[in-house]
Amino acid sequence: MTEASPARVEAAVRPPRNQWWDVWDQFKTHRGALVGLVIFGAILFAILAGPFLWRLDPTYVDPNPVNMLKLRNQGPSLAHPFGTDQLGRDMLARIMAGGRVSIAVGLTAMALSIFLGTLIGVVAGFFKRMDGLLMSMTDLFLSLPLLPLLLLMVTLFREPLSQALGTETGIFLLIVTAIGVTSWMHTARIVRGEVLTLKEREYVLAARSIGTPSRRLVLRHILPNVMSPIMVSATLGIANAIITESALSFLGLGFPPDFPTWGRILFDAIDQMQLYPLRVILPGVAISLTVLSVNYIGDGLRDALDPRIRGR
Amino acid sequence: MLTYSIRRLLIAIPTLLFISLVIFLILEMAPGDPLADQPLTVPPEVREKMRAALGLDQPAWVRYLLWLKQFFWTEPLHLVDSLLGTGFADPAGRIVSWQFRAPAMDIIWQRLPQTLQVVGLAYLVGVIIAVPIGIISAYRQYSWFDNIGTFVSMVGFSVPTFFTGVVLIIVFAVNLHWFPSIYDTTLKVTDWESFLKQARQMVMPVTVLALFNASQISRFMRASMLDNLQQDYVRTARAKGMGEKVVVLRHVLRNSLIPVVTVIALGIPTIFGGAIITEQVFKVNGLGQLLITAIYANDLPMVQTLTFIFAALTVLFNLIADVLYGVLDPRIRYD
Repeated sequence: MTEASPARVEAAVRPPRNQWWDVWDQFKTHRGALVGLVIFGAILFAILAGPFLWRLDPTYVDPNPVNMLKLRNQGPSLAHPFGTDQLGRDMLARIMAGGRVSIAVGLTAMALSIFLGTLIGVVAGFFKRMDGLLMSMTDLFLSLPLLPLLLLMVTLFREPLSQALGTETGIFLLIVTAIGVTSWMHTARIVRGEVLTLKEREYVLAARSIGTPSRRLVLRHILPNVMSPIMVSATLGIANAIITESALSFLGLGFPPDFPTWGRILFDAIDQMQLYPLRVILPGVAISLTVLSVNYIGDGLRDALDPRIRGR
Repeated sequence: MLTYSIRRLLIAIPTLLFISLVIFLILEMAPGDPLADQPLTVPPEVREKMRAALGLDQPAWVRYLLWLKQFFWTEPLHLVDSLLGTGFADPAGRIVSWQFRAPAMDIIWQRLPQTLQVVGLAYLVGVIIAVPIGIISAYRQYSWFDNIGTFVSMVGFSVPTFFTGVVLIIVFAVNLHWFPSIYDTTLKVTDWESFLKQARQMVMPVTVLALFNASQISRFMRASMLDNLQQDYVRTARAKGMGEKVVVLRHVLRNSLIPVVTVIALGIPTIFGGAIITEQVFKVNGLGQLLITAIYANDLPMVQTLTFIFAALTVLFNLIADVLYGVLDPRIRYD
C-alpha cells in the first residue's frame, strides 16, 4: 500500500506547535512543580469560591454579650469546622478572608516589583547612557537594610495614608508599595543582563536597519524574549511578598485587627497559643503551604523555560 | 587587588553618605511627632523648650549635619577615649536616644552580645550543616538523600521563621517542657549549672535560624558542586587514577566553595539586623528587638543610628565578598 498511515499524515499536516506547549511538557516532568501547581490551585479555589459555599461573615461578632462569651474560643465542631477565635468569630471564614487579602497583596506587590524591575532593567540594558546611573541605583538599593526600612515606612506612613484613603485601601496600598519598591532589584539585574546580550543579536540589528524606532524594538523584539526570566522571578516574587506581608502583620505593623490576613490571624492567636494552639497552626500552615507550592512552581518554571534543559 | 580594594572603599564613602541621607529623609518626611504623647496640659512654651532640648527647633539640614558629626566624629573619639582612657570627646555631644535618655551607642553595645550569641551561633551551625549536605546532595544527585535534602531545604526557606519558632514553642516548651519559651537575657553564665541553663534557652532560637540559613546555603553549595562535577578537570583527575575522595574533597570542593564563601560573607550582615522576627518570637533582647521598640517609641536618633549601622555592615560585607572572590579565584582579576 502506498497510502500513508493516518498518524503520519496527521504528523505532517499538524500545524507548528506553540513553544508554550514544549514548556508545559517540560514542566509536567517536574513532579514537585506539578504538585505545587495543584496545591496552589486548590488554595486559590478555596479562598475564592469558599465564601460562596461557607456563608459566615468573618468579622461577625455576636451582638448579644452572653452568646458572644459562649461562642469564644471553641474547638472544631460541625458549626465551626476550624473553631472560633477570642471574639467568637468563625475561623474557617477568617482563614478564607485572610487568604484573599494575603494573596492579593502578594500578587499586586509582585506585579509592581516586576514592573519596576523590568522597566529599570530594560532601560539600563538598552540605553547605554542610563546604564551607569540605573545600575548604581540598583546596587544602592541592594545595600539598604530592607526589613528595617520596610518597618520604618509602614509605621511612619500608616496613619496619614489610612486617614486619606480609608483604613483598608490606605494600608493595602502602603504595604504593596513598600514591598514592591524594596524588591525589584534582582529582576532588574537579570533583565539588564538578558537585554545586553539580546541587543547584539542579528534580528535586532535587522529590525533596526529597517528603521524600527527604539520603543517598538523594545516592545516587539526584546521584551518577548526576556519573558522567561521575568516569569520565574515573578513566581518567586509572589512567595517573597506573601512572606514579607505576613512578617509585617506578625510584628503588629500590617493590617488592622478587624481586617484579617494570614499573618494578622497568627499574630492575634500568639497571646493564647498555649491554650489554643490550633489557631496559630492553621494560618501558619496556610502561609507555609502557599509559599512552598509557589516556590516549587517557580523551580519547575525555571527548568521548563530553560531551552538547554528542555527536551532532555 | 590592593588598588581595587582602595577604589571600592572610596566609592563606599559617598554610598554610605547617600544611604544615611535617605534614612534621614524618610524619618524626616514621617509625620510622627516625638512629643505627641506628652499630656495636653503641658503649656506651649514648655513644649517649645522640650523641642529645643531635643534639638527639634533646628532646620532639617542642621540636624542631619549634626548627626553626621556625632556619628563620624564624636562617637569614634568616644570609643578611643573609653579604650585608652583619654579625654578627646565631649560626652555631651554624643547621639542620645530619646527613649532611654542615654547615649545610643552604649545601648547598642549592651545589646550586641545577645544578638551575636544567638544569631551568630545559628549562622555558624547553619553553615556547618549546610556544606556537607550540599556536597552529598550534589555527589549523589537524584538519590533519596538528595530528594529529601532538596525537599527539606525548600520547606526550610518557605516556612517563615515566625511560624517555625511558634511551632517549636508549642511543641517543646508548652507541651514537653524541655526548653523555656522566653529567653532570659539577665542570666549570667558563672558555673556549669547556669551554662546548661543558657544552652537550653538557646536551643530553640538557634534551631529556627540555623534551619533557615542552612536551607539557603545548602542549595548554593549543591548547585555549585554540580557545576564543578561536570567540568573536564574532574574527568582528568579521575583518569589520572586519583581516588574519589581526593577528586571530590580536594579538587571539586575547593573550587565549588568559592561562590559559597561569598554567599556566606554576604549573609553576615543579616546576623546583625535580619533576625528581627526571631528575636521578637523568643523575646531575645537583641539589636532587632531594640530597633522594633525604637520604631514604636518614635526614637528617631536610635532608629537612624541602628539602620545606618545595618546599612554600613551590608556595604562593608558586599565589598569583602567581592575582594574575597578575587583572592580565592585566580581567574578573576580586577585590575
